[in-house]
Amino acid sequence: MDAILLQILNGLDKGSAYALIALGLTLIFGTLGVVNFAHGALFMIGAFCAVVMQRLLNLSYEVVDPTRTDFLGNPLKVQMPYVESWFGTEFGGGLIEWSVPLSILLAIPVMVGLGFAMERGLIKHFYKRPHADQILVTFGLAIVLQEIIKYFFGANPIPTTSPDLFSGSFDFGVLLGFDPNTIIYPYWRMVYFLFALIIIGGVFSFLQFTTFGMVVRAGMADRETVGLLGINIDRRFTIMFGLAAAVAGLAGVMYAPILSPNYHMGMDFLVLSFVVVVVGGMGSLPGAVLAGFLLGILQSFASMNEVKSIIPGIDQVIIYLIAIIILLTRPRGLMGRKGVMED
Amino acid sequence: MGILEVKGVNKRFGGLQALGDVNLSVAENTVHAIIGPNGAGKSTLLNCLVGKLIPDTGSVMFDGQSVLGRKPHEINQMGISRVFQTPEIFGDLTVMENVLIPCFARRDGAFRMRAFETVAHEKDIVEKALQMLEDVNMADKKDMHAASMSRGDKRRLEMAMCLVQEPRLLLLDEPTAGMARADTNNTIDLLREIKEKRDITMAIIEHDMHVVFSLADRITVLAQGTPLVEDVPEKIKGHPKVQEAYLGQAHG
Amino acid sequence: MLGLSAKDTRFLLIVVFLTLATPFLLQPFPETSSLAQFNAGYPDLMQKFAIFGIFAIGFNILFGLTGYLSFGHAAFLGVGSYTVVWMYKLLGYNVLPGLVLAIIISALFALVIGFISLRRSGIYFSILTLAFAQMSYNLAYSVLTPITNGETGLQVYLNDPQILMGENSPTSPHLFGIVMRDSTQIQMGDWLFTMNNGYYFCAVIAIIAFYISLRIFRSPFGMMLRAIKTNQTRMNYTGLNSRPYTLAAFVISGMYAGLAGGLLAAMDPLAGAERMQWTASGEVVLMTILGGAGTLMGPVLGAGFIKYCENIFSKINDGVLHGWFAFMPDGIEDLIVAMIHPFVGKGWHLTLGILFMLVVIFLPGGLVEGGQRVARLFRRNKKAGPGDKDPEHHPKQAPHVAE
Repeated sequence: MDAILLQILNGLDKGSAYALIALGLTLIFGTLGVVNFAHGALFMIGAFCAVVMQRLLNLSYEVVDPTRTDFLGNPLKVQMPYVESWFGTEFGGGLIEWSVPLSILLAIPVMVGLGFAMERGLIKHFYKRPHADQILVTFGLAIVLQEIIKYFFGANPIPTTSPDLFSGSFDFGVLLGFDPNTIIYPYWRMVYFLFALIIIGGVFSFLQFTTFGMVVRAGMADRETVGLLGINIDRRFTIMFGLAAAVAGLAGVMYAPILSPNYHMGMDFLVLSFVVVVVGGMGSLPGAVLAGFLLGILQSFASMNEVKSIIPGIDQVIIYLIAIIILLTRPRGLMGRKGVMED
Repeated sequence: MGILEVKGVNKRFGGLQALGDVNLSVAENTVHAIIGPNGAGKSTLLNCLVGKLIPDTGSVMFDGQSVLGRKPHEINQMGISRVFQTPEIFGDLTVMENVLIPCFARRDGAFRMRAFETVAHEKDIVEKALQMLEDVNMADKKDMHAASMSRGDKRRLEMAMCLVQEPRLLLLDEPTAGMARADTNNTIDLLREIKEKRDITMAIIEHDMHVVFSLADRITVLAQGTPLVEDVPEKIKGHPKVQEAYLGQAHG
Repeated sequence: MLGLSAKDTRFLLIVVFLTLATPFLLQPFPETSSLAQFNAGYPDLMQKFAIFGIFAIGFNILFGLTGYLSFGHAAFLGVGSYTVVWMYKLLGYNVLPGLVLAIIISALFALVIGFISLRRSGIYFSILTLAFAQMSYNLAYSVLTPITNGETGLQVYLNDPQILMGENSPTSPHLFGIVMRDSTQIQMGDWLFTMNNGYYFCAVIAIIAFYISLRIFRSPFGMMLRAIKTNQTRMNYTGLNSRPYTLAAFVISGMYAGLAGGLLAAMDPLAGAERMQWTASGEVVLMTILGGAGTLMGPVLGAGFIKYCENIFSKINDGVLHGWFAFMPDGIEDLIVAMIHPFVGKGWHLTLGILFMLVVIFLPGGLVEGGQRVARLFRRNKKAGPGDKDPEHHPKQAPHVAE
């Protein structure tokens, strides 16, 4: 029982990332009808926003610390971050420590701007082209984006730390009456899960309760009719692209402490997120979220030793296997609508 | 016994009875028109004949064999060809290739791996396709990109693709829908010519009365999924029930 | 000749000539000149041209003709490589048994994967093939380690059985004693030409592969595949069952990929799982699109272009750049070098990505279409001259009468 709970918890953070990326993919696909292979790159750029923020806050100058000496007896030179000298050690240090959550402030404008630029500059011209062309051009864009990141940040993963407050782990077992140390769950992963829930809730209520969201939902259901009503759907769709990019970026920012950002993490997540979208049902937002969590949890179950000893290698293939089964038995996915991309 | 026998066909979509107890017999070498107002179930009936839909109950027999449960390509191989409401042609191919493909399909069946023969070397088939194009006055356009033709030409090409297969039954789904008067008249002439020159059975689904009365040997009037009357055109014109259900509505 | 029309025969002969003369044609600059680094007549680069040419030709039969975009063809490439290395381990270094078996096994793989994936079309088909390829890749790295040797990659060890190895058999891949890595070098003045056995072996196979694809393009089968791409509804209502046609195309392209993978291992007796990664599948898509999907020569050009650029661009480093721009004033020289730097050397993939986007945006027909456009422009200019003076030689096209 405790092992099962632990696996569910373990699946949540990965599932959250899948769900957030898949949500953005579905938003773009549902509104613009474009298959965006560069969406993983947006997730990756989000993660690098955290890296940039960490580096910015750690920008330092050298000062001589009179209280300490090095092994030769000379006064020790230490790195003094600018923020600490401006805001004092207490507050400045806090800023540095909280760099990941703070990067959200950086990520939102960056991602929305990038999203707008992508839609206006490139994707717009591909609405009427075949899906294969859309896949190919966004695939090219993904390569370009990840190579740019590689150029500036190198090929190695860059460790990013979460605030000390969340660096420990939480013993769920005790809370639920199991033995101590059976269900240990790092705080940050919990934070990530809650964060994902907030974003998902935010996106859904935005679509549900605002006029803007209503028009977009109507557009997802039937683009032509909405166009006929004389509503300028294009501008709204640009905004949706920005929103989807921001969702992917935020998912990346907060994921940075869990997986050290590297330039190809976007592609890795993209392939899985596509599978998630297909399993959830192309064009269905609840489907994307549901399938994201479901596959995340299933993947973590498959990595249990007990499971692996029965079916070796299942942890490596479970997601793909499920996708294949779903596609063959329920071609529209778990919650897909009829007629989406079927020709 | 007609070549096509539809007996007791029912089809429901959820709560809607699209077809209710449809009986229909199409005699060989006649033109049989099925008319009716929008939503009368004409297209549903047609889709049941070609394997796109399967009726809930009833039987559809073609030349003594049931077509139910067969796939569209199997039904075509039985000898039923279909013309669509908007012409379905191979847009990226040349006009000639468009006609060659049905020739190969008739000779080689639903699938045959001819990866090492050369199309140009199949003299018989090339000749047959050329002859067909001449018959429909399109021989001069044989190397044209099919998608770049006018709508009328596309319709003509689609007709040629069906005829070259020498089908025993040709189904036409509103062949003049959305056409200008001149185009409609051209299509009527083309169909009349086909009817005179070839031994062919045709079933036409049509909205346009003018087309129906200039072509059909027999007419079935469909309303709300059930056949109202079936008779020769002269009788249908004056039939009170038809006036009420269809013509009355159309002119009122 | 060979069942081809006169035009196609001429076309094939040109391809044969170009392929056989590659070691000379790609070596236009003398060894001593500073342009020698643009030469491409090295054995392993030329081998790659031929091998990836085969891969792309095969992929084109599926994608170019039927329009089904597979994102999983690298799986067959990997399968082919593993098969050949296993044959080295079991039988000996003769490449022939391995290559034959590579084609058979990849065909079986393609049959299974194709049978399942082709039940869906469009983006769903792409995702299914991607899922299968990723599964194979992940498995090759994990549970299948006894077969694939995991991260180390599969290679031949001294204690392998190699039952057909005689006393005097070569200890590297060979075809009945012709050792693949051996070359004949011809020195002509400052020019050095390398005629490598491995390259010529690949080249002959590539020519056969090209010939087969040419026959398929001209065959009724090829016409059916193109028909599938343009209108499946009409296809079915014409009495044709599209699924066995697409499956046949899928299997054929899988066999080409398996052969290409086998040849990679025939040139260098190694096989690794990274060959199956989806980026490798993406690469063949790139080659086909870049050259021109659905055209005969396009994929070969695309493969050659990408492999050439990969080789040349990745060799250019800052030192080389400074050498080129040394004639400029220092400041400008540094600026230019700094501007070019991100796109060369390790940054080659950036150039590739940009190039790829430009092609998809502006030239969806690829290099072949680009060439045709240029040719048409050229021809029109030529015609325009006399045409102006003598309008009667330009009869108006018969007006299109709408019936």
